[in-house]
Amino acid sequence: MEKRGARVGVNGGNFFTTKFDSILGWARKYSMFVYPFVTACCGMEYIAAACSHFDIDRFGAGLTRFSPRQSDVLMVVGTVSHKLAPTLRKIYDQMAEPKWVVAFGTCAVSGGIYDNYSTLQGADKILPVDVYIPGCPPRPETVFEGIMKLQEKIQSQPQEWRWKKS
Amino acid sequence: MEEVIKNILERFGNREIKYKDKDMWTFYPDKEYFFDFVDYIKDYGEFDILLDITAVDYLEWTKEKKDRFEMVYHFLSLKYNIRIRVKYTLKKDEKGLTLTSYYKNANWLEREVYDMYGIVFEGHPDMRRILMYDEFKGFPLRKDYPLKKRQPRIKGLNDD
Ligand code: SF4
Repeated sequence: MEKRGARVGVNGGNFFTTKFDSILGWARKYSMFVYPFVTACCGMEYIAAACSHFDIDRFGAGLTRFSPRQSDVLMVVGTVSHKLAPTLRKIYDQMAEPKWVVAFGTCAVSGGIYDNYSTLQGADKILPVDVYIPGCPPRPETVFEGIMKLQEKIQSQPQEWRWKKS
Repeated sequence: MEEVIKNILERFGNREIKYKDKDMWTFYPDKEYFFDFVDYIKDYGEFDILLDITAVDYLEWTKEKKDRFEMVYHFLSLKYNIRIRVKYTLKKDEKGLTLTSYYKNANWLEREVYDMYGIVFEGHPDMRRILMYDEFKGFPLRKDYPLKKRQPRIKGLNDD
């Protein structure tokens, strides 16, 4: 996790690397495989956003994967309880780099109305969250706003690729 | 008044079972009569579904009532399409009466009551927590559990 987002030293050919980074970013941002970690009511809104009426596939995030090994974006959709928190962390650890985390809905952002004994006060207590999507639940338009923000972030960040020398 | 309610009152009226007809018929049998009561409504009233078991923590009740907890049971009769509520009270460390031999689903419902209120049911076959994790200390729905006291499972997690 420490290495995430760190720029690896460039070995000559600066021009080429930059271009290649941007191509890689372009490819990555339009082929996000989403892992929806659905725990509560926000899941309905995720379904609404994902199905044909709103169509999340327009943003290249349509291929939902239900295995953390195959996915790039962990979407924490809904309330995370303390009982579930270790599982969520394990799922994040199982995902292959590069990976991003989206907190979907007020509950995942900050715990929301559940300020009580059972609820984790936001997914960012245990995960490095990249994009926060507010709303209880967020409308699909808000979800797409968040996805576009994530695309911007993916495009602008330095890409890690394993054949690059460090 | 429905026939089945009338029968219950007729049978238990001499034992001074209090009752109320508010939102639904509510009966307050003494703890000693509780099994008799359930026996009767299950066999003769055909209250064949136990809808819910829960409890109320009053912490400080009025002077004349010293008991701390009130158990609440909801029953449904499919035959007469009628719902009733049955209540009895428990002192602080008193054990509850288990309905597992009458209704199978009482098993989990009583475990939930134990999990949230710490009421132990005598004779229950599997008295463990059901919702909270085993490391959890205390009973969260008791009135004396601190409102925002959290017990994270991940060590060192600062969760305020
Ligand atoms: S943010 Fe609202 S809609 Fe979403 S999981 Fe929480 S309570 Fe449910």
